Amino acid sequence: MNKVLEGILYAPTHEWTRIEGDAAVFGITEFAASQLGTIVFVDLPAVGAKLVQGKEFGAVESVKAASDLFAPLSGTVIAVNEDLVGDPEGINKDAFGAWMIRVKLANPAEQKTLLSAAQYRTVSK
Amino acid sequence: MDEFRKTCLYDKHAALGAKIEPFAGWLMPIEYTGIIAEHQAVRTKSGMFDVSHMGEVLVKGPDALRYIDYLTTNEISSKPDGKVVYGMMLYPNGTVVDDLLTYKVSPTELFLVVNASNIAKDYAWIVEQTDGFDVVVRNLSDDFGEIAVQGPATEDLLRRIMGIELGDLEAFTFKHVWWHDHDLLVSRTGYTGEDGFEIYADFLATNEIWDILLASGEILPCGLGARDTLRFEAALPLYGHEISDEITALEAGLGFFVKLEKPDFIGKAVLVRQKAGELTRKVVGIELTEKAVPRAHYDVYAGETKIGYVTTGYLSISAGKPVAMAMIDIAHAQPGTPISVQIRTRKVPGFVRDKKFYKKNYKPKGDKANE
Repeated sequence: MNKVLEGILYAPTHEWTRIEGDAAVFGITEFAASQLGTIVFVDLPAVGAKLVQGKEFGAVESVKAASDLFAPLSGTVIAVNEDLVGDPEGINKDAFGAWMIRVKLANPAEQKTLLSAAQYRTVSK
Repeated sequence: MDEFRKTCLYDKHAALGAKIEPFAGWLMPIEYTGIIAEHQAVRTKSGMFDVSHMGEVLVKGPDALRYIDYLTTNEISSKPDGKVVYGMMLYPNGTVVDDLLTYKVSPTELFLVVNASNIAKDYAWIVEQTDGFDVVVRNLSDDFGEIAVQGPATEDLLRRIMGIELGDLEAFTFKHVWWHDHDLLVSRTGYTGEDGFEIYADFLATNEIWDILLASGEILPCGLGARDTLRFEAALPLYGHEISDEITALEAGLGFFVKLEKPDFIGKAVLVRQKAGELTRKVVGIELTEKAVPRAHYDVYAGETKIGYVTTGYLSISAGKPVAMAMIDIAHAQPGTPISVQIRTRKVPGFVRDKKFYKKNYKPKGDKANE
């Protein structure tokens, strides 16, 4: 059974986000990682890229398939987790520890549209 | 919607917890422990695949050789009995009905192995072409299971586990083996670029073989996922990707298996013209110089001009590099030519290269003519 972490927010497209003041980090859920299988490549945006909630911002790829990443919130990329680029399988090992990018939020009110852990649990059944 | 079919080993895959998905109308195991581990098992030791979905067709009659040399691109007549020959069946326009292996049992008996996805189409085609030949054909696809056991340790492992001696088989030959009261047809063939064997047998025997190999703990069960990454690295074509009814045998770069000097075969006229200079596109290898994954159907560019598309591509497990086979305009097909692949929002740079991403590791004294 895949773990769903309490205290963070979820998008129905299986990304998670943890709010850190006026910024947030994004990752994918353990459910998403297990569906993909071993992740061999992560395609992430560069620092400075502008993201729009619900729009594609990159991809995670297993041996067989590429899966798009969708921004849970709008904002500007201020950091990229370069460790993950070198070791994409880190996402399989610890999906909730493997943050991908840190984003300065453009519209913190968007958080209201995201799912709680309890709500996400029903989506990822 | 048709029910999906299940091979005679389906319950074993389910019990092993394999990830099972529809493929060519069959519910097939895609992976068990993981594609990478399965791929490595075949490259370094031994892995086994349920390929019972493949189709088998028997051709018998006094004209069997004349018929097969007309039906397929390669040349079977001059080969000794016991030989396995790779070739293609073409439409008159030179595009591919299917690729197949022909097992030469005798000058009057041939055993054809075709792709699961094409069995019905192939069999209808094979029957239609018998006009004017004294042969009978029979679809035996529902009578045979097939297990492919692949990897450098396989010959030794099969000797130890099954007690069968296959050291006398050269690459691309076959023989019958009597095992536990079952008649097995065993060939030194495969679809991985490694040395290995394919074992055809009835369903009961196929189950017994699977069980004894699995119980040994020495041979890893492998799914269609690893089968595809393995065949890709060895530049072996897959129907629907490198070959199809829209791609000719020469466009696919498979001229080695096309004997244009034969008196006649279906599709010959078009291929002769293509060989003489009408070829406009070709499957080549490409390698990207930045890390990304070039996947099937992605567009290939020279500058801003679209010149083709990826037919199969991976972050190669054995080579660790992003490589692909791609169908591109012949003007750009020279090795070294710079190209790019459109991957999502950007064009990732790379160059044209040979397709041998992994050097085939067949049994050394095998017949080079069929490699």
